[in-house]
Amino acid sequence: MATELAAGLSAREVVETTARWPGRRPLLRVWSLSWPKLAAIALVLAAWQLLVWSEWKPDYVLPGPGPVFRRLAQDLGNANFDLGIAITLRRAVFGYGIAVAIGSVAGILIARITMLRRAIGSAILGLQSMPSIVWFPLAILLFGLNETAIFFVVVLGAAPSIAGGLLSGVDHVQPLLVRVGRVMGARGMSLYRYVILPAALPSFVGGLKQGWAFAWRSLMAGEIIGIVSHQVGIGQQIQVARDFADAEQLVAIIVVIFVIGVVIDSLFGILDREIRRRWGLLGAEA
Amino acid sequence: MSNILQLSDKHSLSVERLTMAFPHNDRVLVALQSVTLEVERGELVCIVGASGSGKSTLLNILAGLDEPTAGRAHVHGRVALMFQEEALLPWLTAAGNVELALELRGVKRSERTEAVHELLHRVHLDGFERRLPHELSGGMKQRVALARALAQDADVLLMDEPFGALDAITRDRLHEELERIWSETGLTILFVTHNAREAVRLGDRVLVFTSRPGRVGYEVKVDLARPRSLDSPELAVIAGRITDRLKQEMSGHNNGN
Repeated sequence: MATELAAGLSAREVVETTARWPGRRPLLRVWSLSWPKLAAIALVLAAWQLLVWSEWKPDYVLPGPGPVFRRLAQDLGNANFDLGIAITLRRAVFGYGIAVAIGSVAGILIARITMLRRAIGSAILGLQSMPSIVWFPLAILLFGLNETAIFFVVVLGAAPSIAGGLLSGVDHVQPLLVRVGRVMGARGMSLYRYVILPAALPSFVGGLKQGWAFAWRSLMAGEIIGIVSHQVGIGQQIQVARDFADAEQLVAIIVVIFVIGVVIDSLFGILDREIRRRWGLLGAEA
Repeated sequence: MSNILQLSDKHSLSVERLTMAFPHNDRVLVALQSVTLEVERGELVCIVGASGSGKSTLLNILAGLDEPTAGRAHVHGRVALMFQEEALLPWLTAAGNVELALELRGVKRSERTEAVHELLHRVHLDGFERRLPHELSGGMKQRVALARALAQDADVLLMDEPFGALDAITRDRLHEELERIWSETGLTILFVTHNAREAVRLGDRVLVFTSRPGRVGYEVKVDLARPRSLDSPELAVIAGRITDRLKQEMSGHNNGN
């Protein structure tokens, strides 16, 4: 109330006083966010090392963290290994990009066209729960042993989540905001552009994140099955490592796949937080 | 009533035998029954009524958001509607919300920035242009909403309990500002509230709506000089009479059930 009164009297004063609100010290903030993660990593490494020391399996089958990370450091200096990561990431980005385009367009069409929605709205949900690996045999028959088959499965895995996120975002737009848009004269596409799609964005980002997870899994499954043999991605390298009983290499690649997943997931996390902050969905802590 | 042309000269808004019914749990809920009213150009008319008297329904029809079941509603010129609360687009700043109204009206980009500045100045929000709605107090949000409604450059401003959720002092200030803007712009305003004092504070006329079905029960012409004070005894007397009638009517309604 005091702010409100002041706003009428002198808006500028209020701006000045709130602008200097003391924030938390950045270093302290980084530490408080990162120590639980560091502790978790330390615990996992310790458990892993204990398991190795227990001699449950011989170390040529289950190597310890030490040899694995030494091997990983070597691998990262190896041009072929880095090329494998690059090939895999390129496939991921390309396949996911197609999935985003198709998923978004499909999501908008299904949201806009009632008949389409009645026809395939629930099928989208069904597709989301399909394990994407079941598409691979069909994809190989359709496209042969090549990247197109991989992209086909990646898109089938990711696009339904992306369309679903958009669709549920559109469904849950507050009716009041739609009325506001209409009162201001927005109709049809302009209502979508200015009101409905921005309002659906937080949910859409949720769909993008889930879609990425599915795309990444599909891609790994495809590479491990060994669809494209002439361009060796990290998924195929796992398979090769198994064939040569090279456990250190195998686990090192798993670490790489895990780290890529964590990094990309946290990028989505940042995007998600930023949008929620802007949309005022984070509450007081924002 | 007989001469439509004559009406259109003087009146800014006219509603004729308007009825609105909704299906509700296998029954028909009549929100408005045969409502007839007129508002003159430049007039500030308040509608007061209990919840369920169809006040909001009437505004929605006037704003073109809903189609009436029967009867006619006619507004001369452009119409803007201001909602009770939280009707700002949360992802746009204060300035962005106002600018969107200008953009949808077709105002050129080069002219918009200046216009936004001027509109926010008019509601005393200089310096708050870049704030997001969730960073503003309830009163400030409603100021932005008012600026946005003004940005629509409407001839008729419909207000649906716009200050209902605000504290008394904030509301008092906004009454003053609304009155000032109204006298500066010559807008026609139809202001809905459930608060009889607020209605008498603002209105040239107060229309009292009965509940279920909503219809115009009676009309009070408020001849008090402006600016009025919410606490003045004259105002309290008129508002008291309206409140008594509303209570009477509600208890009669309950006995009827």
